[in-house]
Amino acid sequence: MRLPTLVLRELSYRKLNFVLALLAVAAAVAGLVGLLVILTDHDTRTARSIAAQETQVTQRAKELEDDYRKITKGLGFNVLILPKDQNMADFLAEGYASKTMPESYVTKLAEAKDIATIEHLLPALEQRTTWTEHQDRAVRMVGVRGQVPFVYKQSEKKPLLDPVNKGEIVLGYELHHQYGLKVGQQITFRGQAFKISKAYPQRGTQDDITVWISLAEAQKMLDKPGQINAIWALNCNCFSADRLAEMRAEITRYLPDTQVTELSSNAMARAEARKRAHTEAQQQLEFAKKDGLRQRADIESLGSLLLLLVVLGGGVWIGLLALGNVRERLGEIGILRAMGVRAYQILGVFLLRALLVGVLGAVVGVGLGLLVAYGVARRPDAAQFNELVNARIIVLMALTIPAAALLAMLASWIPAVLATKQDPALVLCRE
Amino acid sequence: MLLAIRNISKTYRQRERTVAALAEASLTVAAGEFVALQGPSGCGKSTMLLAAGALLAPDAGTVTVCEQDIYALNSEHRAIFRAGHIGFVFQQFHLMPYLSVQDNILSATLAQPQAGALARVGMLAETLGLTARLLHTPDQLSVGERQRTALARALMNQPKLILADEPTGNLDADNAAVVLRFLKDYAAAGGGVLMVTHDAGAAAGAQRIVRMQAGRVV
Repeated sequence: MRLPTLVLRELSYRKLNFVLALLAVAAAVAGLVGLLVILTDHDTRTARSIAAQETQVTQRAKELEDDYRKITKGLGFNVLILPKDQNMADFLAEGYASKTMPESYVTKLAEAKDIATIEHLLPALEQRTTWTEHQDRAVRMVGVRGQVPFVYKQSEKKPLLDPVNKGEIVLGYELHHQYGLKVGQQITFRGQAFKISKAYPQRGTQDDITVWISLAEAQKMLDKPGQINAIWALNCNCFSADRLAEMRAEITRYLPDTQVTELSSNAMARAEARKRAHTEAQQQLEFAKKDGLRQRADIESLGSLLLLLVVLGGGVWIGLLALGNVRERLGEIGILRAMGVRAYQILGVFLLRALLVGVLGAVVGVGLGLLVAYGVARRPDAAQFNELVNARIIVLMALTIPAAALLAMLASWIPAVLATKQDPALVLCRE
Repeated sequence: MLLAIRNISKTYRQRERTVAALAEASLTVAAGEFVALQGPSGCGKSTMLLAAGALLAPDAGTVTVCEQDIYALNSEHRAIFRAGHIGFVFQQFHLMPYLSVQDNILSATLAQPQAGALARVGMLAETLGLTARLLHTPDQLSVGERQRTALARALMNQPKLILADEPTGNLDADNAAVVLRFLKDYAAAGGGVLMVTHDAGAAAGAQRIVRMQAGRVV
């Protein structure tokens, strides 16, 4: 006869003790597998929810950024490309560049393939002058030909400034308001007849004393054919620390005879607004992720506590059942020892029993855990069964079997050792 | 000499009380001898038997079985020695309730595996009239059959010495006679038997009766 035969016969005889021990292991393993499944389900649902939120937030962020863009667009152009030899002190004092550069520069820039830092190119020829027909009133005259589109950039954005057709003129608020001029009216500006195509509302900037005419007419009027003195642009949504340096490097690579400056307040407002929109979107997403993680941590800590209680309770329960089993079998232990069965064999009888209880209990527990997974998977918003019982869970479930066997053996260790310490003489006398 | 117990003493200590179970008791059992040990309750008969069976170390004196001082061996070697040389029969049978008669007899091989164990079980069952009961569990057996099963288990490893503690104590006359006849036959075949009994009739079947009184052989 071998020890396993003895153990199996005993297990089949003392069914209640065996079933109770097996249930303890099964409950612990089912608890563990159930917790893993629930956590996996939570992870899957959270990931799904975060992905959905990410899409929503990204969409919202785009909308928000676009809103900010539209709002800040009202601030006007914020990048200015000037001739390289333009003295900036003079420019700031006069409000326009006294030096000029070829109009072809704007075409060169528009045809560049890798300009990423700016958009909305607007060539202009500006100058302070007087409106001779109105008591030499000081005005700012700007000759524009409309925005020049980038050849290699697809942009559906509405231009910041519409072109002015030949023979037409656009007036700032102070000019049309002061002289009672209306759209469609014919006026004379510096000896040339124009039809008022637009009259801007009050902006509170230099625009209020500006007249816009076509670039060609301005060049002719100022006797600067083919020349411009500024290219206005709008910087892109750049978050880099040295935005201006990047722009300068990019632009001067194509237009080495220019210098680039930025209207810092406009640019900063625009950059800050966009950055804020971006940050807000990121924060919302981070919050959603953190919330998911917090919920998971809550489930995990509660589940771990319950599991710990189940495992400890199960361990104590198995230990008590093993102790009861030892007490019930004292006579058997005594006669086995009297027949010459060694202490380690007695130890083996009880540990092998615990091993079988652990393995079979774990198998039952895994089965119950799979039922939990099946139950969870049937919920409408839950992950699918094969998502819940993934490779990681299967490996963990497989590992619970030796772990449960080890736990059962540990729980039975003290009773088993007590069994080996029984004095057969005393036991046989007592019995 | 198959069993030689020389001047053994054993005192049990229970809290502050001490009980001298054996006091320089000596006893021998030769091969082929069937010895009955008699005496009043508490005279030390069972202690003597357990000491003879390498289960209870005396405080003083020696016990040799087959010329081996059994208490000179450590616990594990003593267990191995017991498995090969000594068989026990008790009044309470101590059968394992979840094993069949066959497996109860085979359980002796846990301590000493042997080839042809099943054949020997068959032979012992036939000798003891248990063949028809081999697949039955103890609760399906009569008291006599249970004791015969315990006897077969004790003989399974072919021991030189059988130690029996009141083997007929729970048996009716017919079953007691069967067990005693078997022990006699065993001794006649060259084995040694030391039997503790209260029953004068059972003791009468032995070749020699040793009487004990207050822990001493008288």
